[in-house]
Amino acid sequence: MRRFSFLAAALLLVAGCTQTAQNAISPTSDPMTDTAIVKAGARRPQIALVMKSLANEFFKTMEEGAKKHEQINEDKYKLISNGIKDEQDIAKQQQLIEQMIGQKVAAIVVAPADSKALVSICQKAAAAGIVVVNIDNRFDAAVMTEKKLTVPFVGPDNRKGAKLAGDYLATKLKAGDKVAILEGAPTAFNAQQRKAGFEDAIKQAGLVIADSQSANWETDQASKIAAAMLTAHPDIKALLCANDSMALGAVAAVKAAGKTGQVLIVGFDNIGAIQALIKSGSVLCTVDQHGDQLAAFGIDYALEMLAKKATPVDKETPVDLVTTETLK
Amino acid sequence: MSWSDFVAKRQPRRGAAHVHLGGLLAALVLLISFFAWRSPTFLTPTTFLTVANQLPEAALVAVGMTFVILIGGIDLSVGSILGLASAVLGLALLRWQLPLPLAALLGVSAGLIAGFLNGFVTVRPRLPSFIVTLGMLEAARGATYLLTDSRTQYLGGPVEKLTEGGMLGLTPPFWWAISAVVLAQGVLSRTVFGRNLYAIGGSEQTAYLSGIPVARLKITVFAIAGGLAGLGGLFNAARLSSADPNAGVGMELSAIAAVVIGGTSLTGGRGSVLGTFLGVLVLATLGNGLAQLGVQEPLKRLLTGGVIILAVVLDRLRYSGGAEI
Repeated sequence: MRRFSFLAAALLLVAGCTQTAQNAISPTSDPMTDTAIVKAGARRPQIALVMKSLANEFFKTMEEGAKKHEQINEDKYKLISNGIKDEQDIAKQQQLIEQMIGQKVAAIVVAPADSKALVSICQKAAAAGIVVVNIDNRFDAAVMTEKKLTVPFVGPDNRKGAKLAGDYLATKLKAGDKVAILEGAPTAFNAQQRKAGFEDAIKQAGLVIADSQSANWETDQASKIAAAMLTAHPDIKALLCANDSMALGAVAAVKAAGKTGQVLIVGFDNIGAIQALIKSGSVLCTVDQHGDQLAAFGIDYALEMLAKKATPVDKETPVDLVTTETLK
Repeated sequence: MSWSDFVAKRQPRRGAAHVHLGGLLAALVLLISFFAWRSPTFLTPTTFLTVANQLPEAALVAVGMTFVILIGGIDLSVGSILGLASAVLGLALLRWQLPLPLAALLGVSAGLIAGFLNGFVTVRPRLPSFIVTLGMLEAARGATYLLTDSRTQYLGGPVEKLTEGGMLGLTPPFWWAISAVVLAQGVLSRTVFGRNLYAIGGSEQTAYLSGIPVARLKITVFAIAGGLAGLGGLFNAARLSSADPNAGVGMELSAIAAVVIGGTSLTGGRGSVLGTFLGVLVLATLGNGLAQLGVQEPLKRLLTGGVIILAVVLDRLRYSGGAEI
């Protein structure tokens, strides 16, 4: 089953490449192509961007941001961008990085699907003299120490972002009000961070968590779980969702329950579809962690490291609250 | 085996199906009683309306799946086809600015065409439907991502018209789904077409030799499954006011679960749409009940899996007359 999904994913990837970036070469291209490029005089370093699922809007945006960055800095480097099909397909991401090592890229900018499992392959890349930059999802500190890997992390603080949204929600509620959380996939680190951030804000404002369940990042699941929550706890005043897709589901559930306007909804990610809902007031706020700039920041870091041959410190990228006022 | 033999043999099976439905109803009542005991808010009209209004997509997809499994096939692509139809609907409404009826027609047509292709490729080179629909699962999802640019499309007002109106607090999609169930059951038990499907599931060879147009019927069944998944896609988009590129991911598995819980044999030839509908109700009730109790994801999955297996085990114990799955 895996094999077939891989084949199809590869096909799609190729289709995607030919469509948008003519100068992005496929990960399977043989070393001959590389030498040909060098002979042609294009001595730009190759930087590989390895992302999670391109089916996820966030990474799609990230990839577009990276491509834009490449166009502007055309003389400085050449981008090879790759994503996996399934958000949790760790083995596939490992294979991709292995291919990049084989292809002798100068740097790898990686958004790891798992914060522990991918440390080892990145250590291998670093040992081969490749610059590695960790973006989006932070590598586990203990595993990094164990593998003696030192790579800079460039990315947002999800917990801080969620706290930001929770704090804004708190200004609209009063102490003792009941709220519920729709969590992301239980195994995802950023899901845990966002939940923790929501909880921080809730505790600080003296709100009460009536219920907290995972809807696995999905709109449909979120609509069903939110509907059940609203039945079980009719006095819920707000639903805090760990991503915007789930916020859309929450909006549907609130509407179906005839409670539009009585339950405040908070999202995360600032996807295109959520903006109309924020403007109309169906969703109170979301958090933008600038996915389009995230990969660009990582690439800048990689370029800097290539030039200076030194490992810079971690860089925290901005997270911003998005409300009706900011969208005006 | 002659036609009269076939009909004669089916009589006791039909009786067994009634026993099975009774058992399933009992299981459903048991499930409802359990949740009613554990949660004070469960046994309320709100719960029933919520579950009913959420299940049209699952019911439509499962009805199509019942037909496919009855003829000894499987359709793994229904979830992706549902996603594709909602993407086509979204595109038609947003980018092409088409009126809702036309956009809806395009969405359902996309499902029908994908289903037809499933059937055609299954019949012509005589490939196992498992592999053909596995291919469609990938292809249709890929097409969905291309059409939506992998982004959730917010549709809002225009698409919500599909869920407006209705009776007794139940939305039109619910009534559509109920009609589809009744109609499909009628077709299966009262028409030659239906009887032929049972015959193909029983033995394709025999069905072919007795002059049943096996190839044509198979294509029709896959097209029906695709069309119903397409209709499900419209209702999904209407309920969520948006076309989600990941709509219907994994839905094929819950549809297969509902069909099997409903007593349809995975090898074909035995089963009913009413059973499937009860299977859908069991899964939907379980989902809502567990969520109302605030059960966490790991335990939720564990229990859902347990209920699926338990339901099938009970069914097999009950149905001891040469049961196979």
